[in-house]
Amino acid sequence: MEIEGKSTDRNLMLKFSGELDHVGAREAIREMEQAIDAALPRRLLLDFSGVTFMDSSGIALILRAQKRVRNLGGSVLICHVPQQARRVLDAAGIGRLVEIR
Amino acid sequence: MKNKTLNYISMEFLSRSANEGFARTALACFAAQMDPTLNELEDIKTAVSEAVTNAIVHAYPNSLGKVSLKASICEGNVLEITVKDRGRGIPDIEKARQPMFTTGGEERSGMGFTIMESFMDKLTVRSAVGRGTTVVMRRKIASRLKPQQ
Ligand SMILES: Nc1ncnc2c1ncn2[C@@H]1O[C@H](COP(=O)(O)OP(=O)(O)O)[C@@H](O)[C@H]1O
Ligand SMILES: [Mg+2]
Repeated sequence: MEIEGKSTDRNLMLKFSGELDHVGAREAIREMEQAIDAALPRRLLLDFSGVTFMDSSGIALILRAQKRVRNLGGSVLICHVPQQARRVLDAAGIGRLVEIR
Repeated sequence: MKNKTLNYISMEFLSRSANEGFARTALACFAAQMDPTLNELEDIKTAVSEAVTNAIVHAYPNSLGKVSLKASICEGNVLEITVKDRGRGIPDIEKARQPMFTTGGEERSGMGFTIMESFMDKLTVRSAVGRGTTVVMRRKIASRLKPQQ
């Protein structure tokens, strides 16, 4: 699991690469929270284009991001979701909670 | 009615997280002989990941134990997957299957059973506290027109 971050003007973009399973998500959550605490974003963009596999562990990561950024008065957007991860998000109804593009 | 088994695999591994990726990939390789679509294969892989992760994370929270994974190809192009642990068990299965229910804290979402249910045709959970949990999932692979051999 790898995360690339870019932050400008309280916009934070995090690009995920690898498998967001239990192990991958645990590691990614830790890194993501550090990045959020440093950037204090109003807008957090989670770019999933490099996610090769995701299970419900990825949902925990998204919900965690949402909670954290909401506390800062900001919002989360998920983009470039590959088909497999998209099916997981849809099965869990995550589109009703977080914006997916 | 139990369909006739045409082929099966059976394996056992230690409840180490490193085996999650192995288990779902091995199962996908086995299921590939049923000629599934990419979506079907990914659904199977995801459901196996959920069941195996539960056995690793929840069944043996502070110890290591055995996880067994079986898959059978049954008549009618049905795949049956069984994931079994001898861990701490589930006190209330109905509650555990509810969306968003988790005892795993902030790093779990409580959506594992919901995803297994949605990706498979049938999900059966049997469990006894202190004795372990068995999850059985079935999925019919749509038969596609194949060119004559
Ligand atoms: N094999 C298992 N052994 C013990 N408890 C389990 C097992 N599988 C599931 N559970 C219980 O059911 C709950 C819900 O599981 P699940 O829907 O996969 O969500 P999550 O894994 O995110 O907690 C778990 O939090 C746990 O309490
Ligand atoms: Mg789970």
